[in-house]
Amino acid sequence: MTGYIIRRLLWGVALLVIVCALTFVVFRIFPTGNPALMRAGRDPTPRLVAEIERVLGLGKPLTVQFWDYLKNVFLHFDLGYSYYSGESVRSLIAERLPATISLTVGAAVLWTLGGLGIGILSALRRHSLLDRAAMGTALVLVSAPEFWLGLVALFLFAEDIGKWKIFPGAGSYVPITSDPWKWFTSLIMPWFVLASGAAAVFARLTRGSLIETMEEDYIRTARAKGLPERQVVRQGVRSAFNPIVTLLGLEIGTLLGGALLIEVVFNIPGVGKLAYSALLQSDFSVIQGTVLLAAMFVIVANIVVDIAYAYLDPRVRYS
Amino acid sequence: MSAAEPLLRVEDLRVEFPSEDGVVHAVDGISYQVHRGRTLGIVGESGSGKTVSSLTTLGLTRRQGASISGRILFAGRDLVTLPEEQLRAIRGNDIAMIFQDPLSALHPLYRVGRQLAEAVRAHQDVSKATARASAVELLGLVGIPDPARRAEEYPHEFSGGMRQRAMIAMALVNEPRLLIADEPTTALDVTVQAQILALMERLQRELGMAIVIITHDLGVVAEMADDIAVMYAGRIVETAAAPLVFSEPEHPYTWGLLKSIPTLDRPREEDLVPIPGSPPSLIHPPSGCHFHPRCPYAQPEHSRIDPLLVPVPTEPSHQVACLLEGDERRRLWAALRAGRTPEQALADAGETGALA
Repeated sequence: MTGYIIRRLLWGVALLVIVCALTFVVFRIFPTGNPALMRAGRDPTPRLVAEIERVLGLGKPLTVQFWDYLKNVFLHFDLGYSYYSGESVRSLIAERLPATISLTVGAAVLWTLGGLGIGILSALRRHSLLDRAAMGTALVLVSAPEFWLGLVALFLFAEDIGKWKIFPGAGSYVPITSDPWKWFTSLIMPWFVLASGAAAVFARLTRGSLIETMEEDYIRTARAKGLPERQVVRQGVRSAFNPIVTLLGLEIGTLLGGALLIEVVFNIPGVGKLAYSALLQSDFSVIQGTVLLAAMFVIVANIVVDIAYAYLDPRVRYS
Repeated sequence: MSAAEPLLRVEDLRVEFPSEDGVVHAVDGISYQVHRGRTLGIVGESGSGKTVSSLTTLGLTRRQGASISGRILFAGRDLVTLPEEQLRAIRGNDIAMIFQDPLSALHPLYRVGRQLAEAVRAHQDVSKATARASAVELLGLVGIPDPARRAEEYPHEFSGGMRQRAMIAMALVNEPRLLIADEPTTALDVTVQAQILALMERLQRELGMAIVIITHDLGVVAEMADDIAVMYAGRIVETAAAPLVFSEPEHPYTWGLLKSIPTLDRPREEDLVPIPGSPPSLIHPPSGCHFHPRCPYAQPEHSRIDPLLVPVPTEPSHQVACLLEGDERRRLWAALRAGRTPEQALADAGETGALA
């Protein structure tokens, strides 16, 4: 088990290096714009541009640049400095992380609970009105892009531009430390919109998985033992859990991508919004920093899922 | 013993399932009884309704949308009409069941000991520790070595035979009065089969319970059963004390079963005679005698007349549902037993006696 975890962690580090290389190739080698020119302000002299290029190390061979970058990232957690504002990327991200964590964790909780709950109810009352309504809604939500759902939600329910003025609209986010209630209300719509797609996928998967396990022989055994139906269902849910946990790991990536769109639509000052602005400004070090952060989250989440999976299913524990 | 009220008496039980292709007549009016301490073997091909009738005894076909009629009297109570909550109190407590494939019948994600303990706690108000202790004790009783340690293991860490032992232990934790064993040895190696059967017989003697053993394997019923009911297409076609079924079988389907099993004492050059054709559809069962399309001795009118399960004149406890004349059946079986094929037997019977 320990060996397994260590192997997985080493793989995770290797993956991170590969992600670094990929972002490096995409953003530094493919021509997109000269960062030194952007840093230099209006009407720069060629000397100023050359000086900035030297400071940023843009003149060095690409391999050296990449090596320097890797060293900084892995040894000093130094993600470099924004070409645009000159601020450290690490502190730019750290400033915005709480907003993104608020958004994603809330949405993840909502989608897991909502998806599981609806999926279980649907499975146990198969073909009922509730089941049909839930699965129909799920199909719509799976198909609808999040940014569109976000805009629709704003147009319907936002306090400023909404048809029914219920929830705070775009740009109303405040940190939880300054006003918890405002923090909470401002995130209600983003949470629901971000959770909707994944919740729908979860509900459908949970339903299918549970319907399958409730047909298993061991569920018949549980009933034949005379267990109360609640306990019988619990045993079914326990087995239905494994594919759901696997999906949970895979959906983390979707969650982060969705968070970027939601932060832009709802104007939440999070890491996604930071990445979005950086993209528009060709601010490579910021882009690299955010991509690396996202990649790290996905990798860590999947390692956690793999370990959880081994814990949940004794049959995979020793292989 | 037989004069007393039987422990289980099934009367004219019918179980039908709705399906997309039509109504499935899984069990089509069967009656049987089981006395305390006795063993009934229910024999038949897959799809003959033997498993469905047993699941119905436990009320496990109710939620599949089955429509059930008839009576299942267990210790004076009718299980067909009993409310679910009272039925649950009987399941696993007074009547326990073990299944064919012990790997899929045990929950793969729970430890074996826990699965036994929860069966105890479903019916007895005892602490977890006490339930656990009886679980370990039962595992020891069914011959699992080092039961305290094995109780901590998962089903996939058990061998096939050990799993079935654990299954039996789980069925017995509440000392049931009736044990229903559905193909308990089919998924096991031959040597393990014998061990499991011996175990069941020993436990039956020690605990005095009645057993209904469901199988397609005549060897198993020969070993275990006091009485045998042969099922075909949802009906009982023959029932008698076990020795009679083997020595003087009355129904052509039973003959077919007996002639299609390999035995060591028959000459090798004598061919096994499989029953031709395949089990009938339970949605559109054959008219008249359900067996007539596969019966070598069937007469045209047998497709119109429904045979009743009636006693054989010489032995009232031996019942058969066949439209052939009793004398003729005896001649046919005599010929078959002498190693004749069904065609030869039919010709012999035609020479010596008049066919109807």
